[in-house]
Amino acid sequence: MERIPILRMGKLLLVTIQVDMHDRLAMTLQDDLTDRIVKDEAKGVLIDISALDLVDSFIGRMISNTAAMARVLDATTVVVGMQPAVAITLVELGLTLTGVKTALNVEKGVALLEKSMRR
Amino acid sequence: MSGYATPAFAFTPNLLPIAGAVVQQSQTLPLHSDEHVVMLRKVVRERAIELQFGLVDQTKLVTAASEIARNTLKYGGGGEVRLQNLMIGLKAGICLTFVDDGPGIVDMERALTDGFTSGGGLGLGLGGARRLVDDFEICTAPGEGTAVILIKWKR
Repeated sequence: MERIPILRMGKLLLVTIQVDMHDRLAMTLQDDLTDRIVKDEAKGVLIDISALDLVDSFIGRMISNTAAMARVLDATTVVVGMQPAVAITLVELGLTLTGVKTALNVEKGVALLEKSMRR
Repeated sequence: MSGYATPAFAFTPNLLPIAGAVVQQSQTLPLHSDEHVVMLRKVVRERAIELQFGLVDQTKLVTAASEIARNTLKYGGGGEVRLQNLMIGLKAGICLTFVDDGPGIVDMERALTDGFTSGGGLGLGLGGARRLVDDFEICTAPGEGTAVILIKWKR
């Protein structure tokens, strides 16, 4: 079955979404990520969406929910690399990803996660 | 093109894109699975690039198409989508017509309200898609089906 790889780096989990996700794939990623947070005792999750040229309400909801689930499992989520056109479209669609931390790129995202883990 | 028979729609909306528009490159794609939605996004993106839509408008149209395609799949039980390029004088646009022969929409006003959902989603699909395109029209008959038309013009 098609899957999006999750990489572990210390206490962080890194996901780079590089395919146009259909709905089942998005749900699989959400399940896999929550499993891995518990299994790897991860404290931070970084989701890189710089390759995504579309985030619709389903993918947006998956991202929001994943961040909320991670929070409950004592991990912080940062979404990085959103394309400007995607940000414009997402907000116009009515989705503002409330409660999801964002950063402009992977480097800034990792820095944000490390800062939040030190607290 | 696909293994699906063309659905015999009981519901045939009598909707023409825009009076006076020249219709070019008409094409119909099936909508019966998640993969079809992904394929539609790709084809819509290609058309928008071909007509030299700006990046934001491309993204808005593809996102709107994705929302409505999901509705066709989830609420309409699958159907099909017709893609057309429109020309009025020098003005170019893309028209997408989604048709299903599902249960139809009983309460249109509520369906278009942000946050209302009958399917466990966010309730942003219809209202959100309407904001992302220039022209939006729904034609529905309870028990017979739903047609949604989206048009985005090149700026």
